[in-house]
Amino acid sequence: MDDLLESDWTTEEVSTGTTIIAAVFDGGVVIGSDSRVSAGQAVVNRVLNKVCRLHDKIYCSISGSAADAQAVVDIVDYQMELHGIQMGQPPLVQAAATIVKDICYKYKEELVAHLLVAGWDHKYGGQVYGTLGGMMIKQQFALGGSGSTYIYGFADSAFKPGMTKEECLKFTKCALALAMNRDGSSGGVIYLVTITSKGAEETVITAKDIPSFYED
Amino acid sequence: MSGRGRIVFSTTIMAVEFDGGVVIGADSRTTTGAYIANRVTDKLTFIHDHIFCCRSGSAADTQAIADVVNYQLSFHSIELDEPPLVQTAANLFKELCYRYREDLTAGIIVAGWDKRKGGQVYTVPMGGMIVRQSFSIGGSGSTYIYGYVDSSYKPGMTKEECLEFTANAISLAMERDGSSGGVIRLAAITEAGVERKVILGSELPRFTVS
Repeated sequence: MDDLLESDWTTEEVSTGTTIIAAVFDGGVVIGSDSRVSAGQAVVNRVLNKVCRLHDKIYCSISGSAADAQAVVDIVDYQMELHGIQMGQPPLVQAAATIVKDICYKYKEELVAHLLVAGWDHKYGGQVYGTLGGMMIKQQFALGGSGSTYIYGFADSAFKPGMTKEECLKFTKCALALAMNRDGSSGGVIYLVTITSKGAEETVITAKDIPSFYED
Repeated sequence: MSGRGRIVFSTTIMAVEFDGGVVIGADSRTTTGAYIANRVTDKLTFIHDHIFCCRSGSAADTQAIADVVNYQLSFHSIELDEPPLVQTAANLFKELCYRYREDLTAGIIVAGWDKRKGGQVYTVPMGGMIVRQSFSIGGSGSTYIYGYVDSSYKPGMTKEECLEFTANAISLAMERDGSSGGVIRLAAITEAGVERKVILGSELPRFTVS
């Protein structure tokens, strides 16, 4: 079927076919992702951190084309830094989400990237914004990436508004583990970032610590 | 999976084994393109006294296959002079689905009870493979509930727990999949026979969503 001399990874576009998630808890947000980057069937990076910093207490997670997503994050990162300095105070999460949304909407025909923006600010506390397709929608929790389809049912049933930080970490960890189990384009390790008024805390969950579930 | 003019079961189907039988469930929506041709479809089809199948894919293909298997199995059962095995029924489905794999669009879950192995679930997805599983989900709506069933399934559930598990799973899928909806049809198959239940839209399990 395929040319035996030509491998997938030399010709296929590099994509973060992935699973990303963000959820609000009482006092902040948790934002997380898997770590697999694929080019066709090959895994070209198994430890990529898809949770990217936009500002001290605002992070985003990326999915879709790796190049497109990184390009958008670079632009937003720069503009957020400028905005924070100009305002003289930490920027609102809504500001970051709006910049992401503006770029994604303006170039929606050219870009193939979906970013979830989440963070904490002094005005509205913990917030999560989805920007799929160039819209901006505030949600209690948001999913994205190819692996997200498999965990909509789980997320709908397990998410409770007003969770504690530990409950929220467990929720995001389990959701990512379940998606990584079922989606061929998601895998590797789990990266989580917890953002509260005190700041952002990054954690990595590897191998044995990833929750496991019933296997037939 | 829906096409203009073609009647399709874009759907959610599910079957779970328990000690003493099986629970099967399905949504009730049949679509022709964007039109819902039947909003109260029964996708749980009688194959034999203690064997049912859950149908997904093309309505016509699956009805035709089920008819053929129904005939073949009743003949086989008379010859054998005893109730047929679930594995036999599942293999009959597999033979048809594999032989005519290029022409068919059928994803079928066969479930039932027999004296030899008790409650069994066999899945025969598109392409025509067969594999026995403790529980199986199928149809377009099933992609949304892989995470839910993986996390919620526990071996050794009772019949009531299986019914609740199935109803919850199908309800979650119906909420997210535009091609699944209507009512939830459930059936529990044990040595005693088949017990059918319908959960109407107003009684569907509800989950808080953001």
